[in-house]
Amino acid sequence: MFSFELLLDAVVIGVLLGCFYAAVSLGLSISFGLLDVPHVAHPAFLVLAAYAVFFLNEHYGIDPLVAGLLITPLFFLFGLLAYRLYYETFEKRGSDAGVRGIAFFFGIAFIIEVLIILQFGVDQRSVTATYVGKAWRIGDMRIPFRLIVAFMVAAALTILLTLYLSRTFMGRAIRAVAQDQEALRLMGADPIRIKQWAFGIATAVLGITGALLIIVAPVEPTLDRTYIGRTFCVVVMAGLGSMSGTLVAAIILGIAETIVLTLFGASWAPAISFAMLLGVLAVRPQGLFGRRS
Amino acid sequence: MKRNGVFFWVGAAVFLIAIALMTKLITNEYPFFAGYVILQFIVLAVAWSILGGHAGYVNFGTSAFFGMGVYTAVFLFKVAGAPLLVQIAAAAAVGALMGFALGLLTLRMQGIFFSIATIALTIVIETSITNWRYVGGAAGIQLQRPPVTWPFSGYVQMLFFVQAVLVVLAVVVSRYIQNSWIGRGLQALRDDELAAECTGVPTLRLKVLACVVSGALMCAAGAPAAMYLQYADPSSAFNLNYSVSTLAMSLIGGTAHWAGPIVGAILLGTTQQLLTVTISSEVNVLVLGVMLVLFVVAAPEGLIGLLRRVRDKRREGKQ
Repeated sequence: MFSFELLLDAVVIGVLLGCFYAAVSLGLSISFGLLDVPHVAHPAFLVLAAYAVFFLNEHYGIDPLVAGLLITPLFFLFGLLAYRLYYETFEKRGSDAGVRGIAFFFGIAFIIEVLIILQFGVDQRSVTATYVGKAWRIGDMRIPFRLIVAFMVAAALTILLTLYLSRTFMGRAIRAVAQDQEALRLMGADPIRIKQWAFGIATAVLGITGALLIIVAPVEPTLDRTYIGRTFCVVVMAGLGSMSGTLVAAIILGIAETIVLTLFGASWAPAISFAMLLGVLAVRPQGLFGRRS
Repeated sequence: MKRNGVFFWVGAAVFLIAIALMTKLITNEYPFFAGYVILQFIVLAVAWSILGGHAGYVNFGTSAFFGMGVYTAVFLFKVAGAPLLVQIAAAAAVGALMGFALGLLTLRMQGIFFSIATIALTIVIETSITNWRYVGGAAGIQLQRPPVTWPFSGYVQMLFFVQAVLVVLAVVVSRYIQNSWIGRGLQALRDDELAAECTGVPTLRLKVLACVVSGALMCAAGAPAAMYLQYADPSSAFNLNYSVSTLAMSLIGGTAHWAGPIVGAILLGTTQQLLTVTISSEVNVLVLGVMLVLFVVAAPEGLIGLLRRVRDKRREGKQ
């Protein structure tokens, strides 16, 4: 029943899917992993981006990837605003930020969900493009084009972001602010502006990955609930804020999901990421490549 | 303090008598249908605040407890046709066990990690139930209500009364915790867990206790829902809307006093019932989300906090 070919198939698809999961988790890896913002609304922002892409594709016939690039600057501004609001209301006031910050983002996620339902309805939505629906055959293996597209964009994005964080001035500043905010302040830099910029980048990435989300599979308004599990699983397993770790963790998740899907069927799929997340939190909370001991 | 206590017990008794009279005097079933939901949310919000308010652990897993309550009832009813009270008692036991497990989780995770873990718990349990054919799987299961027992005239009336008893129970427990060393210990560990531990507060025991009590009450609140709807399916029993509603009600009411969640639940529960009937259930979730965000941003202490601030101002004005 479970042959070598099936396993190989699952691994190949799993790796491709994993790269896609890495792409959708990159933003969270910055906002939650580096900046310690309890960004539960990250997946809701992602689904919002997917619907924006759907809208542009449906009404103006714009290619989903181009649409994703178009909304990226908007999402950058959105991110700047969101962080400013979060900072002014929670971080600045200090002590009780934990409880209320989480509740705040949880509320935002629900508001976005409902607004999408009111605007687009509860039905599944998908985009049209030449590469959606076709597949590439190698022997008996069938690899859908949409996964390959997602894989390539995701890989490019991960590399770009890793380079940005390690080679550019601003990128290094972001990592510095994650390590020691006070030290940065003492050196005359404004940590809040850097964090705001970083949050902007984290949200901007969602523009293009939202396009990937709707290319890979049809979206529905409550999809963000499943992606809470996937993105947090990847970011926590990676070890907070590690970009290369994000890629590895996402591939592990991708392969695990595909194998369980092949063995036990789709009805178990939603639980895998959450179960892995629970496991990681319980056994190795610092993740595979953790920055904290 | 003594007089306060007398007022409280008299109030609780009057509340229960009023509820009992209602089931006798009102013949229309609708008020009970709507009122049941509000009572259910009072129990959930009060139970949530025991952990979320005093200890400061944000539990997003209300729906996990609620859903497990529903499915404990479904399972017992299907296996043995167990009566309602047995269903509720068993659900409370299951909830206490789940709470115990959750309490142990707090050993390793705090803040956002704990919250995310509770969502994870919800989805994992929901998926397991979805794949469990015996209790209906994804398609759900129909339930036939047994004939109602004396002294009630209808099953919904009985559920309404039972839920009211749960409300009183939850409030008594929550009030006791707030006024006892347990509440003070929990507040100490909310403000600074390490400092509390160092000064001899048994933090782990207190956290586990809060989780067990809170979980048992939430599960018990969910148990009658199976008979209320005469139907259960995993995606509605474990719907995250229960989590966000409960969270919103507790925070909007204010968690600093045991009465806060009650006020929040009555206010939001009534609004929700009105909105669902008059507009749509989507708008109702939207209003809930917006209220939650507004309160968290502008009135972090909730309505109770606002009241206190007004009272303090007035007192200052007098002096």
